[in-house]
Amino acid sequence: MSASAGDKSKPVDHAGAAAAFVADTPHLAFHDRRLWELRQKRDGQMHVLPEWQALRSLASAIKEHTLSRLADYLEQFEAQVTARGVTVHWARDAEEHNAIVLRIMRDHKAKTIAKSKSMLTEECEMVPYLARHGITTTETDLGERIQQLDGEAPSHIVVPSVHKLREDVARVFARTIGGDPNNADPHALAEHARVTTRPLMLDADIGMTGANFLVAETGAVVVCTNEGNADLSANLPKVHIVSAGIEKLVPRQADLGVFVRLLSRSALGSPITQYTSHFRGPRVGAEMHIILVDNGRSQRLGEDDFWTSLKCIRCGACMNTCPVYRRSGGLSYGAVYSGPIGAIINPSYDPVRYSTLPFASTLNGSCTNVCPVKINIHDQLYKWRRVIAERGLLPKNKSLSLRIAGHVLASPRLYRLATGAARLAVRYLPRALLYSKLNSWGRDREVPAAPQESFAAWAARNRPAKKP
Amino acid sequence: MTVALAIPCFIDAFFPEVGIATLELLERLGVDVVYPQGQTCCGQPMANNGCQSAAAGVEAHFVDLFGDFDAVVMPSGSCVHHLREHLDAVPQTDRVRHLRAHTYELVEYLHDVLKVSDFPWAEFPHKVGLHNSCGTLRSLRTASMSELGETPFSKPMDLLRGVRGIAFVTPARPDECCGFGGTFSVAEDAVSGRMGLDKVRDHEQAGAEYIVSADTSCLMHQQGCAKRAGVPLRFIHIAQILNGARA
Ligand code: SF4
Repeated sequence: MSASAGDKSKPVDHAGAAAAFVADTPHLAFHDRRLWELRQKRDGQMHVLPEWQALRSLASAIKEHTLSRLADYLEQFEAQVTARGVTVHWARDAEEHNAIVLRIMRDHKAKTIAKSKSMLTEECEMVPYLARHGITTTETDLGERIQQLDGEAPSHIVVPSVHKLREDVARVFARTIGGDPNNADPHALAEHARVTTRPLMLDADIGMTGANFLVAETGAVVVCTNEGNADLSANLPKVHIVSAGIEKLVPRQADLGVFVRLLSRSALGSPITQYTSHFRGPRVGAEMHIILVDNGRSQRLGEDDFWTSLKCIRCGACMNTCPVYRRSGGLSYGAVYSGPIGAIINPSYDPVRYSTLPFASTLNGSCTNVCPVKINIHDQLYKWRRVIAERGLLPKNKSLSLRIAGHVLASPRLYRLATGAARLAVRYLPRALLYSKLNSWGRDREVPAAPQESFAAWAARNRPAKKP
Repeated sequence: MTVALAIPCFIDAFFPEVGIATLELLERLGVDVVYPQGQTCCGQPMANNGCQSAAAGVEAHFVDLFGDFDAVVMPSGSCVHHLREHLDAVPQTDRVRHLRAHTYELVEYLHDVLKVSDFPWAEFPHKVGLHNSCGTLRSLRTASMSELGETPFSKPMDLLRGVRGIAFVTPARPDECCGFGGTFSVAEDAVSGRMGLDKVRDHEQAGAEYIVSADTSCLMHQQGCAKRAGVPLRFIHIAQILNGARA
């Protein structure tokens, strides 16, 4: 995945990257505040809809139903769009997806793509692949464009550059597309991006979009954006390619309302996105292609504990509410999908590399309760931990200390010795030793004072034993 | 009916006053309560890291000690959450199922089983901020959570309202996790420490003198963060206030 910098055979060092993020106070404070604001706006939208919980239940049920009959709905969808002249391609994995795009490009002797936001193309690492074949892709979503210019992966699935301050954006622009590095006025920056990106959109040979929903009944591709860039990407060039994961299906047009009502409210706390575009076929004289991508999804569908993660509509609410994500930044997850949803879907792509992510959580459960399609995210985090431990993928020192702890805590005698020693250590060790590098608790906080005796010792003196 | 008091390892070793307050409070309320000696831990630290094999012996020991009581009460939401939802490193015998169904967190036990609302011996003339641990909030459901937009309720608050002189403050993000998270606190110490700091500052800005909670583990973490950053807050377990602690 394009986000994964560094050695891909090693587990992502989330804790290390997060520590660096925490150390940078201005960025940390802004990131936390901005995303918390989105969470609060989402709450505001929830409060004005008395049917909010009913909508969540309905959305979850529709998705579960669809996933349970996915093959049928995919065929129905294919038949609908094919009848209207759309070319449907099936891609088993990222490589097939990228090869299909390249083939379409070559068929049209095309060199440039204007692309609106699509996490799937990130997942497939399409842009660098096409670049190796001489094809230039321009991101048309503002946040994505900023990230592209900076050579960084998106840090959030809805607001890709949320970890940047506007001053950072001004510097990125000055370095890449010109402009005043000291003018961080958001309107000026947005205008500058628009003026420099628009010609690239106008000239692009091919337009690409993702899809938020695919409607089986009508064969509609539904794309929700706030900038209208998907419509330009889709409608200006002569060829429109849609990349969509096979889990994006909903059965009927009528079901769409449930999701459209939930999506933007959950994501940004706005009632609806500015644009909800339905693409049902090629324009006169133009071509439309839809690439339906599996890339691990059908395998996940067969996993009892994890298949419901395919219900995800990529709203980002779980990220906005996640206290760990807000304080570690999306890039610390070293993956295309970050935050709570990333931590439960990345390990199925690469259990070794992403073995650390299910542990980047306090299991507080806020994510599960904001999720508009009711994915039991924190339960899945817990279950992934078991899978990772069972496969022997815990860090060696961690699994050793857990085994020792398990041994000590199974024996009242060893337990008494160990806790007695801990109390003595806290009481008598010099501060320098107690707060040494070995004690990561003590890096950020004080250890509790040690009482003279344990509760058990107090109870033995004050409450003689009784049997049940 | 005999109720067994289970005291989590960190309370036993570092916060015996919380155990004492819980025991005395239950006795005051007329509960036939015993403290079985030989307690260690419920297995949560191992299980939360996915290590079922390391948790098995600890859980088996817990079941040995507590499996025959009518009910078990614990002054710790996260341990009760583990016992109720995740005590499955051991075979699911009738005894284990009974234990899982009859283990109560202290606030639940007082509020739902004993149905106490008045603590005439208790007086706490201070401004307090209530911290609901994530286990009590989103798993045991002893209070409403902001994520769901449900009609507000709070069992710990119901109990604390029966204490004379107490005043409450409301932090800006009352439901935000404080960042303890068991071994998360050492594995992800930077994020954990920052979450703890944000939590105590939020309560401080709301005007709290004390943070009160049904979870000592959260308090231990928050206290450590506050002390390191010089945030002048004090920390107290809900059992201590309900048992009549004045400060
Ligand atoms: S898991 Fe749920 S909350 Fe998170 S992005 Fe997906 S739909 Fe949204």
